[in-house]
Amino acid sequence: MRVMVMVKATKNSEAGVMPSEELFVEMGKFNEELVKAGVLLAGDGLHPSGRGKRVRFSGGKKQVIDGPFAETKELVAGYWIWQVKSMDEAVEWAKRCPDPMPGEESELEIRPVFEAEDFGEAFTPELREKEEALRAETARRLAKG
Amino acid sequence: MEAVLLSKTIEAVWRIESARLLGGLVRIVRDVGLAEDLAQEALVEALERWPESGVPRNPGAWLMSVAKNRALDRLRRERMQDRRHEAIGEVAPRHHLPDPEGALDEDVGDDLLRLVLIACHPVLSAQARVALTLRLLGGLTTEEIARAFLVPEPTIAQRIVRAKRTLAEAKVPFEVPRGDALLERLPAVLEVVYLVFNEGHAATRGDEWTRAELCEEALRLGRILAGLVPGEAEVHGLVALMELQASRLRARRGPDGAPILLLDQDRSRWDRLLIHRGLSALARAEALARPLGPYALQAAIAACHARARRADETDWKRIVALYDALAEVTQSVVVELNRAVAVSMAFGPAAGLELVDELRDEPSLRAYHLLPSVRGDLLAKLGRHDEAKREFEHAASLTQNARERELLLGRVASCR
Repeated sequence: MRVMVMVKATKNSEAGVMPSEELFVEMGKFNEELVKAGVLLAGDGLHPSGRGKRVRFSGGKKQVIDGPFAETKELVAGYWIWQVKSMDEAVEWAKRCPDPMPGEESELEIRPVFEAEDFGEAFTPELREKEEALRAETARRLAKG
Repeated sequence: MEAVLLSKTIEAVWRIESARLLGGLVRIVRDVGLAEDLAQEALVEALERWPESGVPRNPGAWLMSVAKNRALDRLRRERMQDRRHEAIGEVAPRHHLPDPEGALDEDVGDDLLRLVLIACHPVLSAQARVALTLRLLGGLTTEEIARAFLVPEPTIAQRIVRAKRTLAEAKVPFEVPRGDALLERLPAVLEVVYLVFNEGHAATRGDEWTRAELCEEALRLGRILAGLVPGEAEVHGLVALMELQASRLRARRGPDGAPILLLDQDRSRWDRLLIHRGLSALARAEALARPLGPYALQAAIAACHARARRADETDWKRIVALYDALAEVTQSVVVELNRAVAVSMAFGPAAGLELVDELRDEPSLRAYHLLPSVRGDLLAKLGRHDEAKREFEHAASLTQNARERELLLGRVASCR
């Protein structure tokens, strides 16, 4: 499965405080580990919301709102896309991440990417049934022969 | 922590750590079977101790130190036995166990590479290599491997046991080869990864059109390899090929589960992230090697499709040129057949048919369903429907994949 891991913003990240060199090195190592494990698909750090914009949809109208945005803890300061086998694996990897915002409370939020359609919707119940019947049949034949 | 929750955590830790743990242990004890036993013992100890102590801060190091202690215990026991044997005038031959304390700081990457090279050693059959690789590097259980390959579990278990025995009997060296020696070993490794991918991509048996998990596992192995031997063009070529093929996985099946061929696929369903990764990997391969190897060439062909926003924007002339190069490198008649299809797209069905007809007497293609399938397709395009129908019928009788058979019988019905 694919997950998006979001590094939540903090006061410092919103103020544009750059990470220390030490954190850069640590984060670099962690990223390298993710790459070497075949887990990291993509990822980047984001500028503070002061450089961001929002387009708000409301009652058929579109309104453009300039950053910065107030609700700091809900903002995203960076993200990764990981390929993992389970949410548990994603959590284990997240626990290995160096503290992304030393000196402040911060969070990594892990959200599964929606891909049920990939193999779900197309894989109708009838097909699933058929497949399971086939598996059983195959197993039976192989056990005999 | 709740037991279920914890066992899931341990499973996740195991997936992350097991290959590294095994790699380190194989380096120390120089015996794949023994290393696996030690790793298993460490896992059992974790399952016993972590529910009380909690998961340690560095679970990988914890597992390694437990396994190492077990290795030391065994070594001590063996030495004591040896001494006893010596005392009564017998010298028991022992396999050499180097000091487990030594050489611990060696590169983890080297440990993984060693493990890959051993699992994919040329003394093993391709089947054995696949099973052992999935077991040692993928951390897949025997049951999972058996399920993925639609083979009974005991068959896989036996395959793995035999493979380990073969490795021990052949006294396979545990040093990681360098330079040209490493290059010589890579094709066997890449072959295994691609076999796993293909098993997931186009099942040769059964009703399943794709088996996503095998594809994902192969991709993961490929990405790991690219990190281990970043200077090798063909590793990037293989990764590029797999990323690009995987980018189309979700477009390959219609709502009713029926396969959709490349040119008919809804390209908006292609995975842009995987396409981007595939094209980047291909660029790395191209930067490293001229001329391109067989994997990079196939990736370059896949890239032509990935770059075309619509099927009719496909650069078929470039694809023909790439197939020319691929046919030269591989000397494969299957590649020649693919080349014929590309020629028909670039220069018309008559030109393609001419090439296909040259392949009709090829003995290795006699039972290959795609030959009559392609020929039927070209004949249909030329309006020779009766001949086309016979070819599709023949193709349907040759394929072992039920979905493909349905597709071909559909073509039979449309020939009138």
